[in-house]
Amino acid sequence: MTGPLLQVEDLHVWFDLEDRGELHAVQGVNVSLEAGERLGLVGESGCGKTTTALAIMGLLPSSASVSGRVLLEGTDILNGGDEAMRQHRWVDIAIVFQGAMNALNPVQTVGQQIIEALELHNRAKGGTARARTGELLEAVGIPAARAGRYPHELSGGMRQRAAIAMALACNPKVLIADEPTTALDVMVQAQILELLDGLCRDFGLALVLVTHDLPVVAQLCNRCAVMYAGEIVERGPLEAIYHSPGHPYSRMLFAASPDLAGLDEPVLSIAGAPPRLDRAIEGCPFAPRCDSVFDACVVRPRLEEVAADHDAACHLNSRVPA
Amino acid sequence: MSDASFFVEAPPEGGKSRRGFVMRTIRHRPSALAGALFLIAMTVIAILAPWIAPYPLREQVGPVFGHPSLQHLFGLDDGGIDMVTLLIWGMRVSLVVGFAATFVSMVIGGTVGVVAGYFGGHTDNVLMRITDYFLVIPDVPLMIVVAAIWGPSLFHIIIVIGILLWTSTARVIRAQVKSVRERVYVKRARALGSSHTRIVVRHVLPQVAPLLVASTVLTIAVAIFDETALAFLGLSDPSTVSLGSIMQHAFERAAISTGAWWAIVPPGVLVTLLILACSLVGGALEDALNPRLRVAHLSARTFRLRPLVGRGKDAL
Amino acid sequence: MSAEPTLLEVDDLVVRYPIHRGLVGSATRQPRRSVHAVEGVSLSLQRREMLALVGESGCGKTTTAQAVLRLVDPVSGSIRFDGRDLVPLGPRELRPVRRRIQVVYQDPYESLDPRFRVRAAVEEPLLIHRLGGSKSERAARVRDALVRVELSPPELYLDRYPHELSGGQRQRVAIAAALVLEPEVLVADEPVSMLDVSVRAGVLNVLDGLREQGLAILMITHDLSTAARFAQRIAVMYLGRIVEEGPAAAVVRNPQHPYTKALLSVVPRRDPRDRQRPQILVGETPDAVAIPTGCRFHPRCPVAVEQCSVEDPRLARPTSAEEGHRAACILLGQY
Repeated sequence: MTGPLLQVEDLHVWFDLEDRGELHAVQGVNVSLEAGERLGLVGESGCGKTTTALAIMGLLPSSASVSGRVLLEGTDILNGGDEAMRQHRWVDIAIVFQGAMNALNPVQTVGQQIIEALELHNRAKGGTARARTGELLEAVGIPAARAGRYPHELSGGMRQRAAIAMALACNPKVLIADEPTTALDVMVQAQILELLDGLCRDFGLALVLVTHDLPVVAQLCNRCAVMYAGEIVERGPLEAIYHSPGHPYSRMLFAASPDLAGLDEPVLSIAGAPPRLDRAIEGCPFAPRCDSVFDACVVRPRLEEVAADHDAACHLNSRVPA
Repeated sequence: MSDASFFVEAPPEGGKSRRGFVMRTIRHRPSALAGALFLIAMTVIAILAPWIAPYPLREQVGPVFGHPSLQHLFGLDDGGIDMVTLLIWGMRVSLVVGFAATFVSMVIGGTVGVVAGYFGGHTDNVLMRITDYFLVIPDVPLMIVVAAIWGPSLFHIIIVIGILLWTSTARVIRAQVKSVRERVYVKRARALGSSHTRIVVRHVLPQVAPLLVASTVLTIAVAIFDETALAFLGLSDPSTVSLGSIMQHAFERAAISTGAWWAIVPPGVLVTLLILACSLVGGALEDALNPRLRVAHLSARTFRLRPLVGRGKDAL
Repeated sequence: MSAEPTLLEVDDLVVRYPIHRGLVGSATRQPRRSVHAVEGVSLSLQRREMLALVGESGCGKTTTAQAVLRLVDPVSGSIRFDGRDLVPLGPRELRPVRRRIQVVYQDPYESLDPRFRVRAAVEEPLLIHRLGGSKSERAARVRDALVRVELSPPELYLDRYPHELSGGQRQRVAIAAALVLEPEVLVADEPVSMLDVSVRAGVLNVLDGLREQGLAILMITHDLSTAARFAQRIAVMYLGRIVEEGPAAAVVRNPQHPYTKALLSVVPRRDPRDRQRPQILVGETPDAVAIPTGCRFHPRCPVAVEQCSVEDPRLARPTSAEEGHRAACILLGQY
């Protein structure tokens, strides 16, 4: 297989706001993911990262309209119609939703919910399904005997593990995890991150980690795409983005997370708020909040290479030193 | 560091303005608009009854069960009285009883709901047990008994209907108050040292009022029905004319066997339309106020595809 | 900093929530159980100081804050504010005290009544306590509070509804509503955990500025990095007790308790190259209903010895630590 495992090309998502126009939530996103790679999709609330994840899974509501291509091993699953998407959903790409641990069916045991996933996708039935459920639970660190527990009988960390087990039911190649540790304590978060790390290694999974928490991405992923106002403003290896950021937003976002290693450094906050996405944006969307804005910024920048495999959308990178 | 820009988050359920709310309610259920207009029209007619009724109410103006004609659009009843006049006056009484009984039930139900929901615990248990008892009593038989014992009068009817209808309002309000009470801003008000009265008046009631209105409208429908039923059974005030009593008189005076459909069908249709209108409006309000009742979003319709925007992959 | 007066002193606070037995439970005479939310917490807060109460969910930090605000009744212990014990006071006597101890909650989307404009939300506390004299005086105090939280010029915000503001702005309004009564102590319960990362520092800097002006702040948080950066002192809680407390920098750079060490090791760092070995504890914090014997941390402790299941350690200062830095572990300074 040549080419990346998952390729998102020029993805646009609009939400229909009844008699208030449209919200252009995702504005031309391009992402590629190789087998076994871990990509962090980073940004703050409203930047479009969750919408992008849902678009890849084909799980947007009826008020949404989408354009672009989502290529899974070369096949366009977005434009192939409902049937094509259904064949690949969960079987090749699976998602752990934001707050999944609170969205488990309260009247079914966790075992039953995993079996349901297996049966729906014709992976296993009856005894085989039960055996596989036990395997999955053990793989995520839940003793197989707990399959008969109801969600409310499990702790938050356990429920999150169960949600991950459900996502892995059909042995997908790509796992999308949307804010998997946001509502969890820091110790449980560490356990879940360690779990995801192990699962990716053991099962050869490719991971898309959608989160606002940069340090979490720094720990788990090797590549990262930073989103702002519906588009990707920087992407590349995480180390490169941290040590030589190509976009002021990435730099300022890192500086805004207080770090135990740098207690004496001042913690930044970025003044202002992201632009409205129900109107066309003139020039660079970050310009009103940027600390390095200059006259070229009235033109909207495009993603351009700043180093090997490292792109950023900022005019500062092409500024010819005076 | 003043930020004068306010951002729009992922698409919310429309604006929070009152006008936006009304527009959305109507868009979801256009039939509610028809219902509302009908109710308003009928109420206006009822209020203007003394001035717009074409004929005197208690004077015979023609033969018994006279046929519909140009002067008497719905004919005459068993006493030779003009049906249109009767309908207008009858509707007036039906609406008055309906509104009054609903007012009584709203006051009782609203109070019980707020007190039970806000204070919880023992108070809640006791009040809910009482509510359950009232819920279980079958209304029409009780009303028959009370009317028989107390004597038929409009006032008694209003009280009886009111006392029986408050229970569903109480339950709905209690649920809403319970949820509002757990909101952080209510807890904050308590931490600030605000008195219970102040919290209820300033924070709880404004949240609860819309639901109370919806519940009230739905109760009016039931109240009108109950009054009509009682009147039809002969238990209402014999000296007042209501839609139910019109039907009762016609029924007793053999309107059906005489073939005088105009004496019995129009009042029935009018009652039905009034109740239908109330149900439509109340249902639409409840739907709009309680998002969980809405299930349309669970349908299988998914997102739409648009043609490629055409910028292609970024230059790399 | 030690020259400042101590405003709040909590001594050996115990708070328990009874678990409802229900009819069947009472009939079958099941033992009454309770959640031991806070089991003997002592702390003090000085003027111009921010004390961060740090811990995971279920450790009792929020319950401690609620007890200080007298929103729950403790089983035993004292809460001295300005020398006076608040525990035995009734609602009427507490009212003037409530003015001087204010609270800011975690959820900026819920802590403001959506029907109140900013002006009304910030004015409300003045009306409740009947302060502020005339309408124009109150209006002046409202504007003043908004300026103090850096919502300037206030005219831009006075007529807005909460849903028209961003999360950070809403939180500042909530702080302004707390400030308008000129409190001496502010309890901040996870004030920034629901805000975007880029906005957090702004709100925290506002709190820091207010602290410089004389406010004492008790901040509840699970985020050690934030606590280390903004607080003067940190108290780490586990299962209802304080297991370590001291100057913020000391606790973070020289942790003495195994739990603190483990927590610090699993906090993700910004720098992708900074991969320290995380000491991930097994399992999760046990229920506060059945507390382990001896040291409550011993079942999960990586360095526990046999004595730990017997002896319940008290807070003590190891020789290697500085003044004011204490931890509750029998193996202090030995590993």
